Amino acid sequence: MNWPLLSVITFLPLVGVAAILLARGDDEAAARYARWAALWATTGTFLISLLILPNFNAQTAGFQLVENHAWLGLANYRMGIDGISMPFVLLTTFLMPICIGASWFVKIRVREYMIAFLALETLMIGVFCALDLVLFYVFFEAGLIPMFLIIGVWGGARRVYASFKFFLYTLLGSVLMLIAIIAMYWQAGTTDIAVLLTRADGFPAAMQTWLWLAFFASFAVKMPMWPVHTWLPDAHVEAPTAGSVVLAAILLKMGGYGFLRFSLPMFPDASLYFQPLIYTLSIVAIIYTSLVALVQEDMKKLIAYSSVAHMGFVTMGIFSFTRQGIDGAIFQMISHGFVSGALFLCVGVAYDRMHTREIAAYGGLVNRMPLYAFVFLLFTMANIGLPGTSGFVGEFMTLLGAFKNNTWVAFFATSGMILSAVYALPLYRKVALGALVKDSLKHLPDITPRELATLAPLAALAIFFGFYPSPILNLFGVPVEGLLKTLHIAAANAGDILSIAMR
Amino acid sequence: MSIFQQLGAAAALPEILLAIMAMVLLLEGVFVTAHTPNTIRWGAIASMVAVAGLVIWKSGSGSVEAFGGAFVADGFARLMKVLALLGGAVTLAMSGKYLARTRMDSEEYPVLIMLASVGMMVMISAGDLISLYVGLELQSLPLYVIAAINRDNAKSSEAGLKYFVLGALSSGMLLYGASLVYGFTGHTDFAGISAALAKTGATPGVVFGLVFIITGLAFKVSAVPFHMWTPDVYEGAPTPVTAFFAAAPKIAAIALFARVMVGPFAGVTHSWQQVVIFISIASMAFGAVAAIGQSNIKRLMAYSSIANMGFALVGLAAGTVEGVEGLIVYMLIYLATTLGTFACIMAMRRKGIYVEQISDLAGLSRNDKGLAFVLAMLMFSMAGIPPLAGFFGKLFVFLAAVKAGLYVLAVLGVVASVIGAYYYLRIVKLIYFDEAAEKFDGADMELAIVAYASLAFVLGFIVFAQPLVNLASAAAKSLF
Repeated sequence: MNWPLLSVITFLPLVGVAAILLARGDDEAAARYARWAALWATTGTFLISLLILPNFNAQTAGFQLVENHAWLGLANYRMGIDGISMPFVLLTTFLMPICIGASWFVKIRVREYMIAFLALETLMIGVFCALDLVLFYVFFEAGLIPMFLIIGVWGGARRVYASFKFFLYTLLGSVLMLIAIIAMYWQAGTTDIAVLLTRADGFPAAMQTWLWLAFFASFAVKMPMWPVHTWLPDAHVEAPTAGSVVLAAILLKMGGYGFLRFSLPMFPDASLYFQPLIYTLSIVAIIYTSLVALVQEDMKKLIAYSSVAHMGFVTMGIFSFTRQGIDGAIFQMISHGFVSGALFLCVGVAYDRMHTREIAAYGGLVNRMPLYAFVFLLFTMANIGLPGTSGFVGEFMTLLGAFKNNTWVAFFATSGMILSAVYALPLYRKVALGALVKDSLKHLPDITPRELATLAPLAALAIFFGFYPSPILNLFGVPVEGLLKTLHIAAANAGDILSIAMR
Repeated sequence: MSIFQQLGAAAALPEILLAIMAMVLLLEGVFVTAHTPNTIRWGAIASMVAVAGLVIWKSGSGSVEAFGGAFVADGFARLMKVLALLGGAVTLAMSGKYLARTRMDSEEYPVLIMLASVGMMVMISAGDLISLYVGLELQSLPLYVIAAINRDNAKSSEAGLKYFVLGALSSGMLLYGASLVYGFTGHTDFAGISAALAKTGATPGVVFGLVFIITGLAFKVSAVPFHMWTPDVYEGAPTPVTAFFAAAPKIAAIALFARVMVGPFAGVTHSWQQVVIFISIASMAFGAVAAIGQSNIKRLMAYSSIANMGFALVGLAAGTVEGVEGLIVYMLIYLATTLGTFACIMAMRRKGIYVEQISDLAGLSRNDKGLAFVLAMLMFSMAGIPPLAGFFGKLFVFLAAVKAGLYVLAVLGVVASVIGAYYYLRIVKLIYFDEAAEKFDGADMELAIVAYASLAFVLGFIVFAQPLVNLASAAAKSLF
């Protein structure tokens, strides 16, 4: 590969932005042009990102397709991917055309809307490709700007409150990480992630604790973990449909990705030390937010809380420090990207027709919209983790990993799987099943070909990977092994190191 | 050898030329009746740009002294002078139509700004407590006058008077501190003070004097707790004057602050570091919290500049080369964003009347997409969100603070930046989320140019950061 594939993928959406900016004409024509330009840009990005596959070797650890250019002096412009980040890049490029498709009938300020989404895509891909701490931070933080505008301009009634909460919450988490990054730079003399990962002498144990906590502040908010999850339901409820999809399917994954990329391999001693904390928070998240989801009256809010619960499985799997747990956590993140994204699209379909997300406003949709009811059922089942859907594979593997490590954690987490059925099935029953009695629902058309086109690929993948998860699992087998090796070395010295960390 | 050469006055040629040009333009304004205030203004801009060019042209000549060490022209001084002159020239260029429309146009205004600029250049180059004071006063006196230039307006007169009284008080304190330092070290030149302190260390008398000097300087950079004049002066002064206050004098004052701290008092860093840390934290925190309740955009910018000075002082608190480098980068970015923001504020004109309530910005994105985008990006930049320039300013000052082991300062600083982000976001919210108010009249050409240039800077900094950082780094090294 002698051209910078990753940079092209990352910045191609900005070409779309330029194309939209240059467009002239009256509002209607400009809006139509903006839609198509955004669709072409995202589709083109996705197709080019597929070129990663033939150029990627899953059998080697270490980074591939690496680019390196002088940039800031202290930090370089370094891009590259390994088996852990590659699936997230593809997930992002795959979901963006769907998001554009789902926003086809946005009415107000279409040009700005498309520009915001394209800029967001660049920043999200950048997060997963960056191989430099400062560059990573730039991409990680910059995503706040377009997301703030997306929630605030195109959101629902309480959009101002939600957008501010989203922005300030995430910013407060991240700035501490910035201080940690600076401290790492002065300690290690570099911000090159590849070097930091393979350095023989890691960070001193006492320093690791503080660095870990600073990174944790950022990733826990982003993830989001209980008790700093409260921004998520608000942001989800108020964001437009495509905004919710991006938020749930991609932005939340940055937290888990961060744990895998930074916290575990760079601060292995601290990660071991804080394992009980993460376990506790994960269990609380799984059980508590599932119970909270149970009493929600707003469809989006219910799915948002279920996202928090599912992310609890991810953190639990990551911090089980077992092959199954980490594999399962990554798989669960990818799978949740399909499933939660699709669920928000399903809510969007209903919302576009009825302009309400109140569960009570619906009922018996299966009579008028059989196809919709079928798709919705499929994703509800995937969300519960029914065997045969991708949701099952991820949750089962994380449980397996946790069980190996701590049976009580696995016990409590498994109850979360039952609870997910307890909140998800009534939602489906109240919305889709029963007799169609409400007059307002009697003339709803079934899903349109456009809506089906956005949902069908997600459904296909959720089922395909449910039956045959190996293509994804094989991608990150080698890097996860490397990660575990680092952790085991740390664990071998644990008695020694824990005593230092306690001091 | 002429007396000119004996004094080494060639090093101060830019200052001398600018002073002469100021006199020429003053005479021209008085005697050449055919000339309007506009001609004088453009003459002043041309002189300032030419002098800045001269400073750049001389940049290869290393560190030179004049007047027996009372005046130092080094890399640091040259860079800060260029920034201050640019700030002055740009604000002058922006102010023409505003002053004409509000009938405040006069020949004196550009001349006073030129004289203040001479003062700033002397401040930046000060190598002696005497030249420091002379420069400071030469800068301050014209500022007191132009703060009150709208003399029929009670608020403007109040601003000028308040600025004068408090400014005189702070000058007095500074002078008292300088006299103590002279008394205890026997020197007024920085090299002499430095040498004397190396022998005696920080005696209580010197520390006492140092604190008074810091008080005076903190007043000039409007750092908490000596910030009280800032909101009133910013609000009361006509907007172009406020823009000038926010841009050029801040650069000069912070440059002087850095020169005094890491110059003569470098050997007693531990004596002043805590004071600077305190005023830095207090400025960041107070600026962030107090700005939240403001409804007037100029007052808001006053609190914003207080917070910004706090962040710049984070770099100084480190007291290292990296710290001064961070401070320079920070001030460079501060200058660019401040000029752009004031260009936007001056474009807030509705039916011929200038408005300055924050709520007047409501729904700007529907009426003027370009201006709305510029202002929104400038606000995000000030909040320190990457990939905009403001983030890199903060990155470099915190880089220095962490290296110097000032973790608490760094953590409090970033937390203050999150609090501060709230009021910047509030402006973005008004621009983008709210329903449209009445249209503005449309920005004048000069304002639009400045605004878009500023936008290009904050968006493009991430790409061309390296040469600018190198420039700052070289300048910082010349100070040590």
